[in-house]
Amino acid sequence: MNAISKDMSGPLSSFAQRLNDVEGAERQAAIGALLRTGLPDRHVEAWKYTSLRPLSAQEFQAPPAQYDAAQAKSLLDNLLSQHDAVQALPRIVFVNGRFVKDLSLLPEGVDVSFFSQNSLTSDVQASPDRDPLVALNTALVDDGAILHVAKGADAGRVLLISLGVAGDTAISFHPRHSVVLEEGAHLALLSLSAGVGPYFHNPVTEVTVGESAKLYHTTLQTEGPQAIALATTYVQVAGHGVYNSFALGLGSLLSRHEVHARLNAPHAQLHVNGAQNLAEHQVGDITSVITHAASDCISRQTVRNVLDGHARGVFQGKVLVEQVAQKTDGYQMNQALLLSENAEIDAKPELEIYADDVRCSHGATVGALDDDQLFYMRSRGVPEAQARHILIAAFLDEALSLIEDETAQEYCRAMLAIRFSAERKAA
Amino acid sequence: MPAVTETREAVEKLGQSTYKWGFETDIQMDLAPKGLNEDIVRLISARKNEPEWLLEWRLTAFRKWQSMKEPTWAKVSYPPIDYQDAHYYAAPRKKEGPKSLDEVDPELLKTYEKLGIPLHEQALLAGVELPEGETARPPVAVDAVFDSVSVVTTFRKTLEEAGVIFCPISEAVQEHPELVRKYLGSVVPVADNFYAALNSAVFTDGSFVYVPKGVRCPMELSTYFRINARNTGQFERTLIVVEDGASVSYLEGCTAPMRDENQLHAAVVELVAMEDASIKYSTVQNWYPGDSEGRGGIYNFVTKRGACRGARSKISWTQVETGSAITWKYPSCILQGDGSVGEFYSVAVTNNCQQADTGTKMIHIGRNTRSTIIAKTISAGRSDSTYRGLVRVQPKASGARNFTQCDSLLIGDECGAHTVPYIESRNMAARIEHEATTSKISEDQLFYCRQRGLSEEDAVGLIVNGFCRDVLKELPMEFAVEAQKLLQISLEGSVG
Repeated sequence: MNAISKDMSGPLSSFAQRLNDVEGAERQAAIGALLRTGLPDRHVEAWKYTSLRPLSAQEFQAPPAQYDAAQAKSLLDNLLSQHDAVQALPRIVFVNGRFVKDLSLLPEGVDVSFFSQNSLTSDVQASPDRDPLVALNTALVDDGAILHVAKGADAGRVLLISLGVAGDTAISFHPRHSVVLEEGAHLALLSLSAGVGPYFHNPVTEVTVGESAKLYHTTLQTEGPQAIALATTYVQVAGHGVYNSFALGLGSLLSRHEVHARLNAPHAQLHVNGAQNLAEHQVGDITSVITHAASDCISRQTVRNVLDGHARGVFQGKVLVEQVAQKTDGYQMNQALLLSENAEIDAKPELEIYADDVRCSHGATVGALDDDQLFYMRSRGVPEAQARHILIAAFLDEALSLIEDETAQEYCRAMLAIRFSAERKAA
Repeated sequence: MPAVTETREAVEKLGQSTYKWGFETDIQMDLAPKGLNEDIVRLISARKNEPEWLLEWRLTAFRKWQSMKEPTWAKVSYPPIDYQDAHYYAAPRKKEGPKSLDEVDPELLKTYEKLGIPLHEQALLAGVELPEGETARPPVAVDAVFDSVSVVTTFRKTLEEAGVIFCPISEAVQEHPELVRKYLGSVVPVADNFYAALNSAVFTDGSFVYVPKGVRCPMELSTYFRINARNTGQFERTLIVVEDGASVSYLEGCTAPMRDENQLHAAVVELVAMEDASIKYSTVQNWYPGDSEGRGGIYNFVTKRGACRGARSKISWTQVETGSAITWKYPSCILQGDGSVGEFYSVAVTNNCQQADTGTKMIHIGRNTRSTIIAKTISAGRSDSTYRGLVRVQPKASGARNFTQCDSLLIGDECGAHTVPYIESRNMAARIEHEATTSKISEDQLFYCRQRGLSEEDAVGLIVNGFCRDVLKELPMEFAVEAQKLLQISLEGSVG
């Protein structure tokens, strides 16, 4: 037992005690994978721009059985009160990585079950061998939601909510979610997250979109200011299926939204869009690998970053077109707005193409607010602060308009407006 | 699709013998024993009568190299290189007395004749200047590098009158040690990377250019590289220093004889541009790419970097890369002086089993620095081609501006084209734009040309040349024609 903890160096040592106590072959195998590679440092190409050193700063305990229920309730109310349309929606609520029935309102059109302690089955896409964060998740997973939408069913909208409630000691939770849409099924999923105190949220989500099925997946990350949130999502889409996603990142001290999406059969579609608005010392990383593994597929990606204070934004987007994926249509755009002298953006849009009959392009821009636009507004009597605000909001709003699900779009807008008004108050 | 069938047939037809410039010159060689250790480094230094400081410099590089690992991040794969299984020094047999053109080994002259490229003008090579007014083009000064030792340099006199120093670097070490010592390794430090360290330890020769204050170099300078001896890695070292307000245009081109064993070429090129200085560095690289099965061919692992030290200085890299089995090359600009400008124009063509991982780095340090990157990549056969570039804006580079455009063209469905740009900005008042596209030759364009009676090959040639136009137009006239020809030859047989 002690041998394991001796091998754990760097950020991994923050979990040493708990990893020592892990039982079960699958979890042990995951630990084996973890020990081989460790948690990635910046020498690992995929983590070139994002350091996991903040994980080393403290030891992360397993969440205690008891948590501050009032705190959780208020976080939930706060999330739900921002928009009328979401209040009545069915919701699956997790607190510190465990399902809480009392706070939830289970949906009807979706078959919902949960990962129990011993039923870790789904490793179809997320492999501990390939990704250390998946390995860590596999080793320490407690719970998670399994959503299943039957063939041809329209399951409407569902909220999947994660609340982190940490006291004085830092905790970590590693939920494992799975979403499966059978042929022709429809679902609009809103993943929300919020929290207080020092915690590390390490969710892994596996998504399977069946033939001609359609999943709208909107992720809104408003984790607490001390939180570290590293989310990994694996997606596979069957023929004529659509996975249309948007991730809006506002919270966390350090966050990473990583998506591995694979177009498995002809005429499948992927939209992996996102935006983040960061300030102070926040670090936000949006990483994606989109694989075209079949012909005639479409992928679209637009990501916008607004960075103020000492914030640092990272965008890594890879589009891989395999040799079979003729007639691929791929487009990727990453834009960043730097609002302060100390803000930083690191972007790496990447094309890897092995098929010749394709149309792939990517673009990236980095800059400050346009002086001409500012001047235009000021010459019409708009005060500078307000003019800046209007331009920033417009920049992000353009991205938000890509959210297909209207309710989700309005909700993200409302959350962004709250963030803006808080920023202005602070200023 | 008849076009595809034709393409396949043509590719199959493409035999071994398409490399026009595969021949070997039979000149007696002066070889160091195989292998690399401190003694070899000392031997190279001693053979070249080098001063103590340079030997020390080489030894430092060698020791650092020993502790370094070969980089693996590039998207290229090749069997491990045995660095002990090569000669690190090869010199053509020396003749007594000072060299003049008449004394140049006739075999060597024949080699150049076979090359049929910018050394084409016999008058130039013989050092005969055309009377003024009759010059069809500005004269070109040639520093011919035959394997590792520069054999002959033309036009030395004209250059000397202008105050320009253009000579083999080994000679510069003897005659201008203060300049060499000051600048050598100042842009590419000895331990910069694995190959640069290797080069620093064992470089045998290369060119040295010094353009003094306010001088506009009266002619274009040119070096022709040839890798000739069997199993000799070639480690060129080029250093170009251009003082305030001066300017120079430098041409580098290369063809190598056909051979079976892979050869390593790890050159280092350093450019230094002071205030208001400008350097234009153009390369046409056409080394032996290996046969259609990927056997043989040159490994081209090159470190090229320019430092814009002074305000408003400018460094412009233009490259046409059609040769080599593997290319690993990132000509870069360090934009230190306020208002300095960096440019990178590149065409990379890969065919058969060639692999190319090439691009640039633009490091914006000074205020109002500007950079432009235009990279055109063409992949055919079973080749892989990657553009890998970095644009970094440091916190003090207010007003920095970058524009990057990378376009890839795929010919055939067994090749790969990849684009890996890194964009890092730490200044809000900087503006960076990047765009990249990948596509195949448009059926419409092809149809249009075919309909007007062009053969498919000519049509593709025309379209490819059009695709590369933005880069080719940056080449000096001497090179532009040759480059266009090269493009066509490189893609020969890859299209119907």
